[in-house]
Amino acid sequence: MTVKVSMTVNGKPAAAEVEERTLLVTFIRESLRLTGTHVGCDTAQCGACTIHVNGQAMKSCNMLAMQAEGKSITTIEGIAAADGTLHPMQEAFRQNHGLQCGFCTPGMVMSAIDMLNHYPDPDEATIRAELDGNLCRCTGYHNIVKSIQAAAKTMR
Amino acid sequence: MATPYIGVPVQRREDLRFLTGAGNYTDDLTLPGQTHAVFVRSPHAHARIRSVKTAAAARAPGVVGIFTGEDVAAARINGLPCGWLIHGTDGQPMKEPAHPILAQGKVRHAGDPVAVVIAESLAQARDAAERVEVDYDLLPSVVDSVEALKPGAPLVHDDVAANRCYTWAIGDKAATDAAFASAAHVTTLEFQNNRLIPNPIEPRAVNATYSRADDSYTLHVSNQNPHVERLLMCAFVLGLPEHKVRVVAPDVGGGFGSKIYLYAEDVVLTWASKKVNRPIKWTAERSESFLTDAHGRDHHTRAQLALDRDGRFLALRVDTKANMGAYLSTFASAVPTILYATLLAGQYATPHIHCEVTAVFTNTAPVDAYRGAGRPEATYVVERIVEAAAREMKIDPAALRRRNFIRSFPYQTPVALLYDTGDYEATLDRAIEMADVAGFPARRAEAARRGKLRGLGYACYIEACGIAPSSVAGSLGARAGLFEAGEVRVHPTGKVTVFTGSHAHGQGHETTFAQVVADRLGISMDDVEIVHGDTSKVLFGMGTYGSRSLAVGGTAIVKALDKVVAKGRKIAAHLLEAAESDIEFADGQFRVAGTDRSKAFAEIALTAYVPHNFPHDKLEPGLNENAFYDPSNFTFPAGTYVCEVEVDPETGIVRIERFVAVDDFGNIINPMIVEGQVHGGLVQGLGQAMNECGIYDSGSGQLTTGTFLDYCMPRADDMPSFQVDTRSTPCTHNPLGVKGCGEAGAIGSPPALMNAITDALGVADFAMPATPQRVWATLQQAQRKQAA
Ligand code: FES
Ligand code: FES
Repeated sequence: MTVKVSMTVNGKPAAAEVEERTLLVTFIRESLRLTGTHVGCDTAQCGACTIHVNGQAMKSCNMLAMQAEGKSITTIEGIAAADGTLHPMQEAFRQNHGLQCGFCTPGMVMSAIDMLNHYPDPDEATIRAELDGNLCRCTGYHNIVKSIQAAAKTMR
Repeated sequence: MATPYIGVPVQRREDLRFLTGAGNYTDDLTLPGQTHAVFVRSPHAHARIRSVKTAAAARAPGVVGIFTGEDVAAARINGLPCGWLIHGTDGQPMKEPAHPILAQGKVRHAGDPVAVVIAESLAQARDAAERVEVDYDLLPSVVDSVEALKPGAPLVHDDVAANRCYTWAIGDKAATDAAFASAAHVTTLEFQNNRLIPNPIEPRAVNATYSRADDSYTLHVSNQNPHVERLLMCAFVLGLPEHKVRVVAPDVGGGFGSKIYLYAEDVVLTWASKKVNRPIKWTAERSESFLTDAHGRDHHTRAQLALDRDGRFLALRVDTKANMGAYLSTFASAVPTILYATLLAGQYATPHIHCEVTAVFTNTAPVDAYRGAGRPEATYVVERIVEAAAREMKIDPAALRRRNFIRSFPYQTPVALLYDTGDYEATLDRAIEMADVAGFPARRAEAARRGKLRGLGYACYIEACGIAPSSVAGSLGARAGLFEAGEVRVHPTGKVTVFTGSHAHGQGHETTFAQVVADRLGISMDDVEIVHGDTSKVLFGMGTYGSRSLAVGGTAIVKALDKVVAKGRKIAAHLLEAAESDIEFADGQFRVAGTDRSKAFAEIALTAYVPHNFPHDKLEPGLNENAFYDPSNFTFPAGTYVCEVEVDPETGIVRIERFVAVDDFGNIINPMIVEGQVHGGLVQGLGQAMNECGIYDSGSGQLTTGTFLDYCMPRADDMPSFQVDTRSTPCTHNPLGVKGCGEAGAIGSPPALMNAITDALGVADFAMPATPQRVWATLQQAQRKQAA
């Protein structure tokens, strides 16, 4: 059974005819070809697929595309300014070597932006606790924590 | 003069694409006519296959092709090869049972591939795969290496007696035994080095395509060494001509060893892409990664250290049973031998060492190199037993280490390695200072007042990197040399493209290598491009593992750069009408010595491509050079880690209160990247010691830690921030003076943490990982013992 889904993705309307069982992440990666959102697990544990749904961080592997009907989606491709200027969180990751292989990075950045929406001035313990839903195998988290601390300063 | 680039924390040029979602990982690629593969895998640890029925699956919607072990056998496809031949103490070669790409007759571990289903969409392939009927005759299984050696244990391979792949030894047994006979003190420890599952966050992925137009194949694969992948697949498995096969490893989302190897899925898809004449994509689900990526570690070890009355080490004796899993993965046999037993001297002048290793087949996923590969296991043996000896003899653990340090170089160990340089006091001193060891007793007393247990542990590690000198590797069983290749292509305007056989999957080579090139040529980094990971572009490569990229791959580039400069000097001599011997090259300028007559690098490059009046008998046009570099020795990074923990005796929860890492990596090109490598390595090592353990159920042979819900990956709030620093004794035998930094953290941190926890608990030893439940139980047991 297929179903038509439509939503706003990175400020633009997006629609497609998909199988009902299609995950939101599959819709984003395969139908929209926005491949910055990654899949790192099959149990909603790694956070590589994190996007914003109506401004809230969500694991897009844990939702059906249908469930996003009419919602506003932001992916990693949609957070830099139109002229290419990086979002302060992207810039902070770059300045602080908050990424290595880059595979967890889109999910980390999307989670971190949401984190600062809730805790504009987080201490290290809060950042570490709030990163609970995102795995990184490369950085040891040290520089991800530093990046988020730095972004919190510039975004205040 | 151009900006200096060496030793500068230059920001990574890779980051922009990764931060904006513009990376190009294998699964991101979708080709015209793309089909998708799903593997049918054994749900059992050990079984005979009675039949595989595919007719119903073949009728399912969208199916393009189905292949089984029978098809593979009919096509006469060989099994997967092992790259390292170990000869046992009996003089016999190791047992190398067949490793078919799709199971033939028998399955030997849960997840062993039985058939592949290819369909128009992934969902259709999944649906059809469920309709493949496999009839199994269950067999008893064995998952533990010690159990597998016992008489009557199930045989993983009918033709491998006692499941023994080999028993191998190194060192002088008689001299070691004699030293033990005269020892004043002997410390004995028995432990397991827990099985780890690598889990790079990007799962393995393959996209294979065949072109009828020119009878060629292209394989995109998430892999750490595309040339080796191609060589092994073409020459040993499929018998394809190499020049008709292109292997591309684009952006790779972490490897840690697990993506070095040639896997069955890569070969199946390449072969099948011609059969179905369509591109085929397969991306592992995480559960498949858990079941089929090569695992790491899994040793059972008994070790004994003999000391004289003053605490001087007399001899070390080690016996290890290494679990190989069901089949030999690409480098599996080398890990518990060459990469392990040769490291057992550590930083110490132990005069006699003997180590015997028995490698064992079991009904588990193959075990191969995982970050550190053999060296973490060796360091764990040495640093745990040294710590235990210090406590038994009531000598300060740092003082005992210091008393036994190797102090003069080069130093020949009793286990084959020749250390070229090092200064172990320097890293120990700095670590003690940074960790404020002097203040520890006060912190411990303060914690005790709060009812908490505080402990401090050291690890002084050494590793052998820059793998490898081909002659040494060859004499130790490597079936190939382990050099590296580099090519420097200077364009007419003086811009430079560098092709390297090393592969980056998070290490930042595109930045570090560009720093080296810009520095050597005296040009801007913006004028240098680094290309890697494509057999159609890079002349050859042995890939990235064993912290070898800069020491071996970087040096190959430097050698090619030297050739470029040498030719540039000839061109400059011609242009400036001077003798070649009078031309100096510095800061991007070719200059006639002692004059102000000079030509910039870019002018020389242009002249090389528009040579109006070259003396063609002496000078060829063009400026493009390549080099192969085979090092004369390993490199030997070393350092000291100090870990301080606080244990809550009520809950068994361990908090790492401080962690200091002082490493000697020789010269450092980009300190920011090096620190990042250390952080990542530390968390992988601390993950082993505190969180991670791959567990197979001994009855069913099932992997009980097969998802991120059951296998405890270290998360941000399990880990501390780190204090890191470096000391440097430059490597003596490569022109950059570099040693390698990728694995150190994973090597030194497990014993540092376990030494700290056992210190806090006041116990001799317990098994990693130190989960709260285990720590709590250990404490209860110790208290009961004390009470009795
Ligand atoms: S893919 Fe792992 S949480 Fe979504
Ligand atoms: S940067 Fe590789 S997983 Fe985080």
